[in-house]
Amino acid sequence: MTAVALSHLSKRFGNHLAVRDLNLEIESGEMVAFLGPSGCGKTTTLRMITGLIQPTSGDVLFDGESVVGIPTERRGAVMVFQKHLLFPTMNVAQNVGFGLKMAGVDKAETARRVTEMLELVELPDLESRKAHELSGGQQQRVALARALVVRPQVLLLDEPLANLDANLRITMRQLIRSIQHEMGITAIFVTHDQEEAVMLADRVALMFDGVVQQVGEPDTFYRRPSTTRVAQFFRNSNFLHGVRSGNVVSTPVGDIEVDPVQVADGSGDVILSVRPEEVKPVLAGSDAANTVPATVESVIYMGTHTQVVAKIGNSVWNVQTAAAFNPREGEEVLFELPKEHVWIVKDDSNSQPDAVKAS
Amino acid sequence: MTVDTKEPAGPAAESQEYVDVTERPTVTAKWVRRLAVASIAVAVGLPMLSLVVWSFAFRWNFPNLLPSEWGTQAWAYVADDSSRVVEGLWNSTKVAVLVTLLAIIVGLPASRALGQHEFKGKSAVEWVLMMPIIVPALVATMGIHQIFIRLRLTETLFGVALVHLIPAIPYFVLVMASVFANYGTALEETARTLGANKFRVFRYVTFPAISSGLLVASMFTFLISWGQYVTTLLIGGGTFVTLPLVLFPFLSGANHATAAAISLVFVAPAIIVLVFTSRQLGRESSVMGGFGRI
Ligand SMILES: Nc1ncnc2c1ncn2[C@@H]1O[C@H](COP(=O)(O)OP(=O)(O)OP(=O)(O)O)[C@@H](O)[C@H]1O
Ligand SMILES: [Mg+2]
Repeated sequence: MTAVALSHLSKRFGNHLAVRDLNLEIESGEMVAFLGPSGCGKTTTLRMITGLIQPTSGDVLFDGESVVGIPTERRGAVMVFQKHLLFPTMNVAQNVGFGLKMAGVDKAETARRVTEMLELVELPDLESRKAHELSGGQQQRVALARALVVRPQVLLLDEPLANLDANLRITMRQLIRSIQHEMGITAIFVTHDQEEAVMLADRVALMFDGVVQQVGEPDTFYRRPSTTRVAQFFRNSNFLHGVRSGNVVSTPVGDIEVDPVQVADGSGDVILSVRPEEVKPVLAGSDAANTVPATVESVIYMGTHTQVVAKIGNSVWNVQTAAAFNPREGEEVLFELPKEHVWIVKDDSNSQPDAVKAS
Repeated sequence: MTVDTKEPAGPAAESQEYVDVTERPTVTAKWVRRLAVASIAVAVGLPMLSLVVWSFAFRWNFPNLLPSEWGTQAWAYVADDSSRVVEGLWNSTKVAVLVTLLAIIVGLPASRALGQHEFKGKSAVEWVLMMPIIVPALVATMGIHQIFIRLRLTETLFGVALVHLIPAIPYFVLVMASVFANYGTALEETARTLGANKFRVFRYVTFPAISSGLLVASMFTFLISWGQYVTTLLIGGGTFVTLPLVLFPFLSGANHATAAAISLVFVAPAIIVLVFTSRQLGRESSVMGGFGRI
């Protein structure tokens, strides 16, 4: 119902740039996950969208109109906070009904919707409890219900599932997803758990140090990480330096062919990467292309698969192979790097983002 | 914080996993508390009792355990207009209430700023606020006296209330700043995003959350004003009399019965305020520690 756009958004606290030059367009009804390590500026961005803090520069637009001058309570963006969840002097029903009361919804309708919502978050019969009489996970679900019940235009969720056990997490994810879909809510979901981001969101925005590194559909972070840091955040640290000319990258362990459709850019010094699941062990003498010799350093049997750490040239690679593959430590093996899975990443391992000053 | 005077949970609550037993007192704790309450009662009650006896004494010579002759002449004097006790009681009440209101108006925003926000010169502001605790209010009052004369504030209710604010405000702000610091801003922000404007946030979220702290701070303020002597004397100029002003001359005089009767009039409201506040608090919060349970 509401499209949200962030345009050159920056926030400075003292001399610390918490968010810098953030550009992102979120379609109406879309769910975007903000993913990133602690302190990267996720909460700060959400607070700028709600209007609880003012951006140092840049703009926040709802449906193309700037909302920077509009006070929080009239933006229609409801936020579920990371902590300090419930109003302590109100009971559960009053907490959940708060937004409806502010909107002037009548009592009978409020009561009906509160009851319905509490059933959805699996907390029936708790209406008269006070916040301190609930467990952490129950409080979190009440806070979620309180936000969802008003059917907000824009829903901002700041790690709303952090205190839940694995099963409840899954149920609540589905609940958030289905309500969000059904009502066409535009939602931003903050998390530092990449699996949660990938499962829940239409698109993911990955942030490091106040800068959005990459935005895209979840699978792009696995198949096409833009930089070495992005790849590492998604548990891929398989890198190989080489020099590219045309569609061939020559590395210390031989020439690797890349798919020009997939990897159009980049020439000269490049870094290759292949996800652990895509590297294939091959028998010596096989006619597979793109094979590299490797020395096995450790082998961990994981039941459904085997985790092999091996040295390719000077780099240490993680390879996830079929459970049947069981080399000895120190053994020389051959790995195939399938052409369609070879990807080129930018090297940002030495970048010092904190030294970069925004103009 | 959990409270042990919670209302009994309904049948629905029992089926759920949360039953709080952490603060249910053990048998020993109960007795320790009763003993504590008893000793407080003795410490406060005995002197009070002696005051009551004194106030009804007509003649009471040294070795006797009780007065040899009883009388109500002290109370008759208290009730008489010429003693100005009733006038003092009324003035004391008006001033203390006004001081409390002023403290709330001035102190609430100040303590909120101190408790929840970081700003330049914050520690300087804190120092200035704490000055009256370090420097006797008398010193400030002497300086202010000249200005008050020019502003025609001397000998007025408002002038006296203003000067009582000097010793009272540090305590008020100290208590409220810690209440605000404890309470934080996240809940208010939540309410804002749920569509409440600043006024409604205060009414529905902030005020209920800070109200017990506010009650404590107001009580302190009331009692500090209630006990002021020198500041009232200077600014009130003897024309505006409060109870301590009426009482003081008798304390050094020989008329013990009258002094006792006025003392009782002086102490009683303070005790009523204390008991009322702690009752009120004991019901829903633990700010006052054990007071509410007495
Ligand atoms: N009010 C503030 N004053 C000063 N610095 C702040 C303030 N709020 C946030 N910061 C700083 O800005 C940076 C980003 O903070 P933010 O809360 O947005 O992180 P986050 O991504 O939400 O982290 P987390 O996952 O731990 O919640 C941090 O370095 C933090 O210390
Ligand atoms: Mg955060």
